[in-house]
Amino acid sequence: MLKYANPTNFLALAARLIPWLAGAAALALAVGLYLTFFVAPDDYQQGASVKIMYLHVPAAWLGMMCYMVMTSAALGTLVWRHPLADAAQKAAAPLGAAFTLVCLVTGSLWGKPMWGTWWVWDARLTSVLVLFLIYLGLIGLWQTIEEPAQAARAAAILTLVGVVNIPIIKFSVDWWNTLHQSASVFRLGGPAIAPSMLWPLLIMALGFTLLFFTLHLMAIRNEILSRRLRRLSITAAAAEDPEVAGEVFS
Amino acid sequence: MKDYTFYIASAYGFAALVVVAAIAKITLDYRALRRKLARFDNKEQNR
Repeated sequence: MLKYANPTNFLALAARLIPWLAGAAALALAVGLYLTFFVAPDDYQQGASVKIMYLHVPAAWLGMMCYMVMTSAALGTLVWRHPLADAAQKAAAPLGAAFTLVCLVTGSLWGKPMWGTWWVWDARLTSVLVLFLIYLGLIGLWQTIEEPAQAARAAAILTLVGVVNIPIIKFSVDWWNTLHQSASVFRLGGPAIAPSMLWPLLIMALGFTLLFFTLHLMAIRNEILSRRLRRLSITAAAAEDPEVAGEVFS
Repeated sequence: MKDYTFYIASAYGFAALVVVAAIAKITLDYRALRRKLARFDNKEQNR
C-alpha cells in the first residue's frame, strides 16, 4: 500500500485501473437503467414517479460517501501528512458537490408531484443543502489560499468540522418530524422495499459508486500532474532569474 | 408513466448532464496538463 504513496507509482496504478473501473461503471449503469425502466414495477401509491428514486437515492448515498472519503483523506493530511491524501481530498470535493446537487435537484423533481412542492425547509432537505454548501466552501477555500500546504491544512480542518453534518443527514428523519420519508434500505429489521425495486436500486448504486471511483482516480491523477507542472514552472523561473526563485522559496 | 414523464425525463436529463460535464472537465483538464508537461520536456531536451 505504501508503495502507492509515491505519486509516480500511483499514476501507473491509476492508468491500469481507470479503464476497468470505467467499463464496470458503464456496465452496471446500463444494467441498472434497463432494470429501472423495463423490469422494476411502478409504486402502488407513487406510480411511475418512483423511477426517480433509482437516481435520487444513489446520488444521496454518493454525496455522503464522498464526504467520508474526504474525511479519511483529511486525517491522512493532518495526522500522517500522506503526500496523496491532500490530492485525494481536493479531487473529491467537486465530485461530492456534483452528486449532492443531483440529489437535491432530483429530490425536488420527485417532491413536486408527490408533496405538491419543489422544496420544504425540513431537516433532511436542509441538512443535504448544508452538505452542498460545505462542498462549495471547501472548493472556494482551495481556490483562495495560494500556498498548497496551507490550503491543505485549512481544508482538512474544515472537512473534519463539517463531518458532524453526515450523521445529522442520516438520522434527521428519525430525530425530527420531516416531510421526507424515513430510511427504507439501511434500517434495523432489514429493507422495507420490495426486492423487485431493491435490486435495481442496488445495481444503480453500484454503478454510481464505480463511476465515482473512476472519476476520483482521474481527478487525483490531474491533481498530481498539476502539482508537477507547478513545481517545474517554479524551477524554470528560478533557473532564469535566481531573484525570482528567492522570492518564491522564501 | 405519462403523468410523470416531465419529472422523470428532467431528473434523468439533469443527472446525465452533470455526469457528462464532470467526465468532460476531468478529461479536458488531463489533456491540457499532459500538453503543458510535454512542452516542458521538449524545452529540457532542447537545452
